Amino acid sequence: MKPFAFARPADVAEAVRTVAAEPDAVFLGGGTNLVDLLKLGVARPDRVVDVRRLTSREITDTADGGLRIGAAVTNSELAADRRVRERYPVLAQALLAGATGQLRNLATVGGNPLQRTRCVYFTDVSTPCNKREPGTGCSAVGGYTRYHAVLGVDAALPDASAPKTCIATHPSDMAVALAVLDAQVQVLGPGGARTMPFGELHRLPGDDPTRDTVLEHGELITAVDLPPLPAGARSAYRKVRDRASYAFALVSVAAVVADGEVRLALGGVAHKPWRATRAEEVLAGGPVTEHAVRHAMDVELTAAQPQPGIDGGNGFKIPLVTRTVVATVRDLTSEVPA
Amino acid sequence: MTELLEPRAIGRDTVRRDGEAKVRGTATYAIETPVEHPAYAHPVQATVARGRITAIDTSAAEALDGVLVVLTHENAERLASTDDREFAVLQGDEVAFRGQLVGVVVAETSELARQAADAVRVTYAEQPHDSELRVDHPDLYAPEQVNAGHPTDTAEGDVAAAVATAAVTVEETYSTAMYFNNPLEPHATTALWDPATDVPLTLWDSTQGVHPARAAVCEVFGLEEERVRVVCPFVGGGFGSKGTPHANLMLVTMAARALPGRPVKLALTRQQMFALSAYRTPTIQKIQLAADRTGRLQALALDVVEQTSRIKEFAEQTAAPARMMYASPNRRTTHRLAALDVPVPSWMRAPGECPGMFGPEVAMDELAERLGVDPVELRIRNEPEVDPETGKPWSSRNLVHCLREGAERFGWAERPPAGHREGAWLVGTGVASSVYPTMRQAKSTATIRFEDGRYVAEIGAADLGTGAWTVLPQITADALDVDLDDVEVRIGDTRYPVASVAGGSSGTNTWGSALVVAATEFRSKFGGSPADGDEVSGDVDQASKDEDHSAYAFGAQFAEVRVNVATGELRVPRLYGVFGAGRIVNPRTARSQLIGGMTMGLSMALHENGVWDPRIGQAATHDLAEYHVTVNADVGDIQAHWLDEHDPYVNAMGSKGIGEIGITGTAAAVVNAVHRATGVRVRDLPVTLDKVLAALP
Repeated sequence: MKPFAFARPADVAEAVRTVAAEPDAVFLGGGTNLVDLLKLGVARPDRVVDVRRLTSREITDTADGGLRIGAAVTNSELAADRRVRERYPVLAQALLAGATGQLRNLATVGGNPLQRTRCVYFTDVSTPCNKREPGTGCSAVGGYTRYHAVLGVDAALPDASAPKTCIATHPSDMAVALAVLDAQVQVLGPGGARTMPFGELHRLPGDDPTRDTVLEHGELITAVDLPPLPAGARSAYRKVRDRASYAFALVSVAAVVADGEVRLALGGVAHKPWRATRAEEVLAGGPVTEHAVRHAMDVELTAAQPQPGIDGGNGFKIPLVTRTVVATVRDLTSEVPA
Repeated sequence: MTELLEPRAIGRDTVRRDGEAKVRGTATYAIETPVEHPAYAHPVQATVARGRITAIDTSAAEALDGVLVVLTHENAERLASTDDREFAVLQGDEVAFRGQLVGVVVAETSELARQAADAVRVTYAEQPHDSELRVDHPDLYAPEQVNAGHPTDTAEGDVAAAVATAAVTVEETYSTAMYFNNPLEPHATTALWDPATDVPLTLWDSTQGVHPARAAVCEVFGLEEERVRVVCPFVGGGFGSKGTPHANLMLVTMAARALPGRPVKLALTRQQMFALSAYRTPTIQKIQLAADRTGRLQALALDVVEQTSRIKEFAEQTAAPARMMYASPNRRTTHRLAALDVPVPSWMRAPGECPGMFGPEVAMDELAERLGVDPVELRIRNEPEVDPETGKPWSSRNLVHCLREGAERFGWAERPPAGHREGAWLVGTGVASSVYPTMRQAKSTATIRFEDGRYVAEIGAADLGTGAWTVLPQITADALDVDLDDVEVRIGDTRYPVASVAGGSSGTNTWGSALVVAATEFRSKFGGSPADGDEVSGDVDQASKDEDHSAYAFGAQFAEVRVNVATGELRVPRLYGVFGAGRIVNPRTARSQLIGGMTMGLSMALHENGVWDPRIGQAATHDLAEYHVTVNADVGDIQAHWLDEHDPYVNAMGSKGIGEIGITGTAAAVVNAVHRATGVRVRDLPVTLDKVLAALP
């Protein structure tokens, strides 16, 4: 833990300027992840810029029939919003599956997707970690991999000593739901405002595991837009974890089923919320039978790489995620709509 | 035989006397002790599992404004005794496990202390380490004895011959994980060294025994007991991890002695607790059961492999319950240890009985299955008339009664068939026995004084949240034959008479016995109308201790488990326990103790898993985000019941101790239920969804 300056700027523009001006400045939202990382010495910023009171805390209807969610809306508020619960059950369910009531009261829509990927070695500064200290190696490979990735890992990897390896997973439940909903992210940066598809916000470790998202330094999420779902669409979030509450996902599934369309996003399997586009393509237009879903997942998981490790590794995630998708889609297609 | 107290206050549902202070937040815990101008300590821990410190650079830490002192092995005081190597902090350059204390920083604020501790640069000559327990570890050895003074090995008859000729056998290996003590309140101390006073050292410490803690500190620092005071009114959970002091207490004492007159506070972080606060060894349990066609055991053997640390031996008595639980003419138990480069294991709720009631109680279920006998009935058929280990009669043993009453309450006879499915869930039921020895420590003293029309009793006992503040007045009131409101009991301070550790479920039995002796003497000396200031002391009466009976509490636990057919997720909607634990002093606090133990057993069954990373020599799961404990959402209908048991041999209260029995057998009941639901026999804890996934439809 090291001392840092704390800034509470007057408005969003000043906040962006303040962070952009210093390489080791960071934004503070709810702080549910950053404060832990500060205490552990993983995050070592010089300046912490509090934006919690600056961005919008409103959820507003948009002209296209969707919703705009201000970045300061808390996870609790979003989960309780009637429009969200009625129109986007997958999002409300994902929010309520995350963390605890106390944490959800603090966590924000702008901050939650930007929590760091999780790994026991990332949070332990006494062990090598390419994400924390580039080039030192990856302690997770061959270590405790139960919560680690099986998708999006370079085929040549994993190699514990390789300088770019990272097999951590992104832990946000909400982000998996936003990925399946084709949300758009409103971003303000030193160069101005831009909009990007939520599905493009997060990145695979690639050649730079220190970066979890594509945001440039100083860019701030100001709002998240939800487009309307097709008429008659049904959606659900299913999280599978090691205990009934307050645990990260082993795997999770966000699913939207509409006429002629199945959308799937997976959590707990990759460095980012994983939109299962290959499976969606296989299912497009065809009958959504159990057999078809299973086949689609087989295609999706062709490149999946189980990670061996202490405590049995994480190979179980591959059958588990398929089973979870099958059960979730079955529930969505078999229940009588309310 | 003892004349039991006439129960008036005893047995009554009595509100916790410390409850209001705790709920209002006015109960002060060790780290909150109000002191003038405190300083804050933060440890520096080794980052290698074995080696030597070749250099330690404290200059950056010392340069920080507000840092008061940095201690390492290069400048720390030399201790009077280093016999106990766990306590020999900062005495040399050797590193014996990752996370070992290698320094401490004291600063004006806790944040600054933490920052400065991070700034201490330690260079190591790292040596190869061995921190992985293996069943075939080449250095396994037999300790001289195991915890609580039990023999290492026992043998009777010829197990091999019985196994060779038996109609049905079970020969399997079971394992329990590494479990880390994580009481809500971390290990914490406020320490003051003021050499100008008569009692120069005061330790406000979170401990299960102020007198045992004082004795350890006096030994290590070479101090007279009269010159040390340990105070501990409230404890936020101990579970054995505060039963004996750990290195943190020696470190904060050393830090305080380096800053005379300045109170120093040290609370371990959650992560630090995983290396410093005691854990339960993983166990590997090789079991042999042999039975005739009717299910009567012909042989029972348990060979245990477990670990200890290289610097201090702790030998968990895992095979102890297998020696006395069931009748069998041929029996064998052994304990073998590997001394590894690991943190020091120690007590955790029901050492011995907790892991030792896992393997054998699952093996009994496997035997029942192979025989086609109901597992409740199988246990009843193997009920021993006398203690198989000692040949002594039981002071009272109501296992059969617990099994039958539990089966009745649970609806065991109407339980669904194996593999039963309800919607998306497979449903299974399981049973296991529970046991815990009834102990009473040899030494404790209580004083009773008549003061302003009330009876004030003093004894240096500890309330870990268990209820001592409440039940000791109940016992004292009955022993004096007065109203509960007329009695005040003061505990948690070495200024009060010596008291034994709150451990081995012996606190109430021991301190209560001292209070009864004191009360009896008080009445015989001063009669029914004492004068203000009349006072007597009473010691635990060793002469009356019954040596002719074997004394244990018994119980039976029943679990209903649901396994999701798609995902393998495990739920335990029902967990019932029935216990025969002597007379229950306070049903309210007893229920909390028993369901608390059962919940911890559920946690062991499904969640707790100290995943050891042998590459680096530490637990990969070393915080509460990764080391899962059961949460509220995991606990369904949990019930603890008890028999109206009369035991005239154990003590004047007729109480047996209830702090630990609840955790014994629970994990086996859950595993047995998982088997009935899925057909999968999980022999290695915890039961997680990946272990049943392949068997699901």
